[in-house]
Amino acid sequence: MDNFLTYAFMQRALLAGIGVSIPCAILGIFLVLRRDAMIGHGLAHVTFGGVALGLLLSVAPLLVTLGVSVASALGILKLKEKAGLHGDTAIGIVSSLGMALGILLVSLAGSFNVDLFGYLFGNVLAIDPEEVWLSLLLATGVLATTILFYQEFFFLTFDPESARTSGIRVRRLESLMAVLAAVTVVLGMKVVGILMVSSLLIIPAAASLQIARSFKQALVFAAILAGGATIGGLVISYYLDWPPSGTIVALSGFLFLLLFLMRKSLRQRRRLESRRDHNKS
Amino acid sequence: MGNEVLISVENVSFGYGETVVLQEVSFDIASADFLALTGPNGSGKTTLLRIILGLLKPSQGRIFLLGEEIERFRHWNRIGYVPQKATNVDPLFPATVREIVAMGLLSQKSFPRFLKRGDEAGIDRALKRVGMEGLKNRRIGELSGGQQQRVFIARAIVNTPDVLFLDEPTAGVDAETQTRFYEMLSELNRRERLTIVLITHDFSVITKHVNKVACLNQRLFFHGTHEEFCSSPVVQELLQGEHHLVCHRH
Repeated sequence: MDNFLTYAFMQRALLAGIGVSIPCAILGIFLVLRRDAMIGHGLAHVTFGGVALGLLLSVAPLLVTLGVSVASALGILKLKEKAGLHGDTAIGIVSSLGMALGILLVSLAGSFNVDLFGYLFGNVLAIDPEEVWLSLLLATGVLATTILFYQEFFFLTFDPESARTSGIRVRRLESLMAVLAAVTVVLGMKVVGILMVSSLLIIPAAASLQIARSFKQALVFAAILAGGATIGGLVISYYLDWPPSGTIVALSGFLFLLLFLMRKSLRQRRRLESRRDHNKS
Repeated sequence: MGNEVLISVENVSFGYGETVVLQEVSFDIASADFLALTGPNGSGKTTLLRIILGLLKPSQGRIFLLGEEIERFRHWNRIGYVPQKATNVDPLFPATVREIVAMGLLSQKSFPRFLKRGDEAGIDRALKRVGMEGLKNRRIGELSGGQQQRVFIARAIVNTPDVLFLDEPTAGVDAETQTRFYEMLSELNRRERLTIVLITHDFSVITKHVNKVACLNQRLFFHGTHEEFCSSPVVQELLQGEHHLVCHRH
């Protein structure tokens, strides 16, 4: 059996995969607990339009998509605020428009279907060194911002009204969180593809919430689960010749199921123990 | 001489579209007051509290909090707030008692608002004041409604504020826990001279624990001491024999 680490493409895939999945999972904890997880899914649809625009203009799709995704994230917040729409409606409108833009541009150009296919389903094994460094740079930025604003994000997630009466500028913070979500979606796009990018935000966070007993633990567990699923997914896909994006997401889902069942059986055992203690007394 | 005025509500009105919620409400709250803000459902109590805290803008009138107009108010560490949904915590939210009380410290910190080792003593002190020192590392969702309330009070008083605002803090909590909770608030008001503004429907709280009462029904129709409240014909008319008001203190 050959060593996958000897190949440069696997080294790049691991570096980009781990570097991207960890900040996605950490930000995912805040989004899932705020019931904002679908913003990742909505922005993923928008990135389709961004990628198509980048390919049409022959400008680095990652950068064009970044701009489109950030603008859309802020647009969703504005729609909620100004039009008085619920979050899911605002996300639905913006994501559909992004998707529509993508379809129109693809139809206009009619030539970059192969490139677009890579973005839709992810192609982390084909990631080039520049993209790795850009991804790592952006991921570090997301991680550093999250650490700097950790306490504010935590307060905002738990109790936004009390956060305001503590002098925290809630609207600015919500905008910052939306921008970070937009950046992570763009980063994850190359690893697992547009269609599955929201899984990087949602699944490790949801899995971590099954077992975490504190907020810090939730963030650490989410990062470990995301990193583990990415490494495991890439290794499995290498040896079994499976598509890496699907394998990473399937492994994340498996970990979630495992932790969910673990929590359920633990709770059942505790209930039985307390019933036994009650009967004894 | 009376106590220093901490909160001034001046001619405040508020409405949603055509619906009037508050109309020309004016009153003061002085230092060391334990004031109950009461009135029927939909009388505008929570709206008024949200206006006082700067969470809503009044259509007319002004609010002065600790001598400063609310728009310019920056001393958030001098106020504590326990919102209405305090006992409605998502049981799966992964936060410990310690982490929640620590949130209260953010109002006194500037960016980046990292906690320091010295903050731990403040958290311990606040938990001790509400009798929750032994549960610091417990997950909030594992606590009873009464214990959760105490955690939120600890978060609100961790900065040793001048005023504590509470919006119906005992909704959905059993009678015994409610009694213990209001005794704890009375103790904080008497011993530490903490000014407390409490929204409540519960007349037994008004008759046993508070020293000032403000009754609201869009307009302020009563504002005075606990004794004045008990003997007020306006209040008797409001109750219309539905409640038997027993105004005595132990």
